Amino acid sequence: MDTPEQSEHLRATAGYTFPILSDAQDEVIRRWDLVHPHGGVDGADVARPAEFLIDASGKVRWVNLTADIRVRARPEQVLQAFDAPSMSIQRPE
Amino acid sequence: MKRSWNPRMWIGFVLSVAALVSYPTVFVRYPITRDFPWLTLVLIALGLFLAASGVALAFRRPEAYRGKISGSIVGALTVLLVGFFLFEIFFVSRQIPASHGAPQVGETAPDFMLPDSKGNDVTLSSLLNSSFSTDDQPETGPASGKTAAVVLVFYRGYW
Repeated sequence: MDTPEQSEHLRATAGYTFPILSDAQDEVIRRWDLVHPHGGVDGADVARPAEFLIDASGKVRWVNLTADIRVRARPEQVLQAFDAPSMSIQRPE
Repeated sequence: MKRSWNPRMWIGFVLSVAALVSYPTVFVRYPITRDFPWLTLVLIALGLFLAASGVALAFRRPEAYRGKISGSIVGALTVLLVGFFLFEIFFVSRQIPASHGAPQVGETAPDFMLPDSKGNDVTLSSLLNSSFSTDDQPETGPASGKTAAVVLVFYRGYW
C-alpha cells in the first residue's frame, strides 16, 4: 500500500485535483468489507478494487464491485452513473 | 543439402513470447486491450501457429529443416509460459472476495476519517458537505443549489 508521501507524489506528477486518502491500517477497508486478504505484493491485506457513488446526504447511489482485478470502472461508466434517471445528481464537468 | 534454420519456427516463438511480455508492459495501459486481452491472444495464437508449423516441418522433413530438438524444448517452455499467462488472466485475476458486506445502493455510507496525501485528516462527511465533488470546482455545494456527490475509489495501492 502506498504511503501518503507516495500518493502526494502521484498527485503532483499526474496533476490530479482530487484527494488521495491513505488507509494504512485497513480500517475503512475492513469496515466496508473490501479486504482482499494477502492480495498485496508482500502478502499484505489490501483493498479489493471498488467504486462507490455517494450523494450529498451520504446515501450510496451506485456501486461497482469488479469481478476481475484488472477490470476497473472507466470514467465514462462513472459519469453514466450520474446520468441515470433516478439519480438527480449534478454531473461533474 | 543445407538445412534451413527454420525461421518460421523461431519467428513463431519470438512472437509468442513478445505477445506475453507486451501485455504487462504495453497493452495493460489501455482498457480496450487490458480488460479482455484480445490483441495479446491473437498474437499468441499467431505465434504458436507459426512455431507449431515450423516444428512440424522439422519433424516431417529433418533433412531440410533444423529444429527437432531445440524446437521441442523451446516449444514446451513457450506452451508453459502461455499456460501461465492464461491462468493468471482468466483465473487468478478473478480470485477476489465477494465483499457482500460492502455498502449497497440505498444504504448510508459509514462515515470515516483518513489522512490525505499531505497528512491532513479528511472525513467523508466533510467531503460531502464541502464545495467540491469529484473535481475541484467551487460552483457546486449546498450554497449553490446544486447537489454535490463523492465518487469513492478503492484501489490496491501500486496500480
